Amino acid sequence: MSTNEIAGSANVIGSKKRLPPEVSILGVLIGIAIVFEILGWIFVGDSFLANKQRLSIIILQVSVIGIIAVGVTQVIITAGVDLSSGSVVGLAAMVAASLAQTSANPRAVYPSLTDMSPIWAILAGLGVGLLAGMVNGSLIARTKIPPFIATLGMMVSARGLAKWYTLGQPVALLDESFTWFGKSFNIMGFPLPLPVIVFLLVAVIFHIALGYTRYGKFTYAIGANPQAARVSGINIGGHLIKVYAIAGLLSGLAGVMTAARAASGQPGMGVAYELDAIAAAVIGGTSLSGGVGRITGTVIGTIILGVLTSGFTFLKVGAYYQEIIKGIIIVAAVIIDQHRQNKRKKA
Amino acid sequence: MQDTGTMEAAPAGGAAVDGGYLLEVENVRKEFPGVVALDNVQLRLKRGSVHALMGENGAGKSTLMKIVAGIYTPDSGSFKLRGEDIKLRGPLDALEHGIAMIHQELNLMAPMTVAENIWIRREPTSRFGFIDHGEMRRKTVALFKRLNIDIDPDIQVGTLSVASRQMVEIAKAVSYESDVLIMDEPTSALTEREVDHLFTIIRALREQGKGIIYITHKMNELFEIADECSVFRDGKYIATKASTEVTRDDIIHMMVGREITQMFPKEEVPIGDVVLSAKGLTLKGVFTDVSFDVRAGEILGIAGLVGSGRSNIAETIFGVTPADGGTIELFGKTVRIDSPATAMKHGMAFLTEDRKETGCFLLLDIQENTQMAVLQSGYVKNGFVQQKQLGTDSVEISQALRVKTPDMAEPIINLSGGNQQKVLIARWLLTRPKILILDEPTRGIDVGAKAEIHRLISKLAGQGVGVIMISSEMPEVLGMSDRIMVVHEGRVTGFLDRAEASQVKIMELASH
Repeated sequence: MSTNEIAGSANVIGSKKRLPPEVSILGVLIGIAIVFEILGWIFVGDSFLANKQRLSIIILQVSVIGIIAVGVTQVIITAGVDLSSGSVVGLAAMVAASLAQTSANPRAVYPSLTDMSPIWAILAGLGVGLLAGMVNGSLIARTKIPPFIATLGMMVSARGLAKWYTLGQPVALLDESFTWFGKSFNIMGFPLPLPVIVFLLVAVIFHIALGYTRYGKFTYAIGANPQAARVSGINIGGHLIKVYAIAGLLSGLAGVMTAARAASGQPGMGVAYELDAIAAAVIGGTSLSGGVGRITGTVIGTIILGVLTSGFTFLKVGAYYQEIIKGIIIVAAVIIDQHRQNKRKKA
Repeated sequence: MQDTGTMEAAPAGGAAVDGGYLLEVENVRKEFPGVVALDNVQLRLKRGSVHALMGENGAGKSTLMKIVAGIYTPDSGSFKLRGEDIKLRGPLDALEHGIAMIHQELNLMAPMTVAENIWIRREPTSRFGFIDHGEMRRKTVALFKRLNIDIDPDIQVGTLSVASRQMVEIAKAVSYESDVLIMDEPTSALTEREVDHLFTIIRALREQGKGIIYITHKMNELFEIADECSVFRDGKYIATKASTEVTRDDIIHMMVGREITQMFPKEEVPIGDVVLSAKGLTLKGVFTDVSFDVRAGEILGIAGLVGSGRSNIAETIFGVTPADGGTIELFGKTVRIDSPATAMKHGMAFLTEDRKETGCFLLLDIQENTQMAVLQSGYVKNGFVQQKQLGTDSVEISQALRVKTPDMAEPIINLSGGNQQKVLIARWLLTRPKILILDEPTRGIDVGAKAEIHRLISKLAGQGVGVIMISSEMPEVLGMSDRIMVVHEGRVTGFLDRAEASQVKIMELASH
C-alpha cells in the first residue's frame, strides 16, 4: 500500500513516443496510389506505380511547388498566408533568365552581360525573392495590415514587374551552364532531376530548422498565441520579417529552377502556384489558424498533388475533369483530417 | 392581496403582480468543474426598485446574473418571474420573457447605426419586405424621448463614447419592454456627469415600475441609487437589507466577514536592497503617478478592484505597454523598458492574469510551453535548441512544482487550470528571475494547488527574489504580502504594512 503511494506521488514525467500526425496523411497518399494502380489495371491494362519514368515525373512536376510550399508552410504556421509566391516565381525567373543569356542572342536583355557564370543569375533570382519576402514581412510587421492583403498587393505588383521587365517579351537562349540546373541525373538507374534534389534538400533543411532551432520554436509560438509569445519576450515583428523573407527566398529559388528547366524566362511563369503550395501545406496537416504544421506533412501533401495529376493523365481523364476532381479531393482531404483531429482532441 | 377571485390575463410586458415579487430566485446552485460558484443563493427583486448586488470578486454575483439572464442554466433551484415558475432556454428566451442584461463589455455592432442596433432582428418593414428606415428612426426617437436620451439615431455606434453606447444598450433593453434590467458595473467607464445622467435614467425606469439589478463595487452608488442591497460572499448568500438601514461598515463586514482559516505558508525572510523602484509611472488614461519600491526577498501585494489599474501597472513594468511618463530603476540603475524582451534581460518574469489569452500556447505541448521564455536567453547554441539539457531541466522543475502529467509531450490543453498555472510558473522559473511579477497567481485553482503555489512564492522570496503579487483575493494578499499597495482608479491610495493590514482597511482604500 505504502509503496504504491510512493510510486504514485513520485510523479514520473517521461516522454512516450506517439505516432506523428503525418502517418495518416501518408496513408491517404498510399490509398490514392493504390486506387490509381487498381484503376490502371482495369482501364489501361498497365501498372501505375511500376514505372520509374512516371515516378520521377510525378516528383519533378511538383518539386517547384514543393519548394514554395516549404516556405508557405512556415508562413501559415505563424497564422499568416503568402499569396505572392507565384508572382515572385515569375519575376525571379525573368530576372535570373535575363542574366543567363548567351551572346548568340542578338536581342539579349543586357547585351553586355551575356555568357556569364550562372552564379550571378542564380543570386539575382534569389535576391529578388528575398527582397519581395522582406517587403511582405516588413509591411505585416510594421503596419499590422493582414498578411492576406500585404501579400495580395505583392502578388499583383510582382506580376506587373515581371511583365514590365521585358515589356511582356520572353527571355530566351539561356546559357547551358544555367539550364544544367533543370537537368536530370541517373542515380542507380533512377532518373533524378536536379529540381527534385533541391526540393528534398530544402525540405530537410527547414524540417530541421522548425523542429530543432530557436527560429522554429518561435515560429510555432507566434502562430499558437501571439500575445503569450510577446509576453515570453519574443520579438514578433522581427521574427515575422524573417519568416516571410525565407518564404520569398524559396519562391525566388523556385523561379530560378523554373527558368532553368524551361531554358527561358516568361512573365506568366508560376501563375496560381501559391494556391497549389497552400493546398499542399494544408493537405499535409498545416492549420490555417496557425501553430500547427510540419514540413514532412507538406512534402507528402505536395506528392499527393503530383500523384493526382499524374494518375489522371495516366487514366486519360480529360483536363477539365482533372481540375474539377482535384478541387473536390483537396477539400475532402482537409475535411477528413480536421474531423480526425477533433476526435483526437476530445479523446 | 385579493387576486383569488378575478383571474385577469396579464398583458404582454407584464402588469404588476399584486403582493409578489417581480423576480424570485431561491436555492440556486451552480457548479463548475472543481468549484461551487453558487451555493443555494436567493434573490428577490421588487417591482419599481433598484436592487444592488455587492460582494468581492468571485463572490458569485456575475454567475447569478448570468443565470437570471439565461446565459447559464442553474444546477438546481427555483426561478419565478412575475409569480410564475419558468425555465429559461437561453439569453434570447430571457429577453422575450422581459429580462435584459446590459453587459460590462458592450455588445453593440460598431459599424451599424444606433437605430439598426436597437431594432436588430425586429426591423420594421414596408409592404414589400424592405426595411422601413423612416419608421425605425421614428420609433428610436420616441424611445429616446421616453428615456431622456439625446443621441442621433442615424449615427454609427462606433463613433459614440462609451457612455453613449451604454445609453444605447439601455434603450435597446427597454425597447424589449423588459421588466428586469441587469446592469453589471455600468459606471466603471463613465465620468461623473455621465454617471449623473445614467442615474436619472435609472430613476425614470424605476418610476415606470421596472426592477433593476445593479452590480457595483462602489459604496457611494449603493446609497445614492439603490433601494435594497444583497450581499454575497464565496458563492453564498449573506443577507438582503434596505439601503436606508445599513451603514458602509456593515456592508464591508458582510462582504469580507470570514475569518482567515486558510493557512498561508509565509516565511519570515531577511529583506535585502531595493531591486525595483518605480517613480511617477504614468500611462495616459489608465494610471497616474504610481511610485513604489520592491526589495529582494520582499513580497509586495497589490490590491484593488478589477479595473483599478493594478494589472496595467504590472504590464507597464514588464514592458507590455510601455509607460508614457515616469522612470523604472532596476538594481539602482534607471532602465527604459520598452518590451517584455528588455524586461527579461534585466531579470524580470511576469505571470499574466489570463492563462488562456496571454499565458498558454494551447496548441503546444507541456515541454514547449515550459521552455518558451528561456529560449530567449539560454539553452541555444548556434541557433539550435539544446533540447536534451532543456528537457532534463524542464522535467526537474516540473517535478519540483508537482505538475501532474504522465508525459511532457502531452498537449497543455489537457491539463487542469492549476496544472497549467504550474507549467507557466515553471516557464518563468527556468529563466531564474530576480524580480517576479505575479498577476492573480491562484485564480481558478483548487485549494490544494493554491497552497502549493503559495509555498513556492514564499520559497522564492526566501531565495532573494523580489516578488510583486496582484490578487483579488483578500486572504491571499493579507496572508502572503510583506507590504500591500492599494490602487483605486489608477492611483495609489496607500501602503499597508503586514502588521497593520486588514480586509476592512484595504476595502476602505480600494473603494473610497
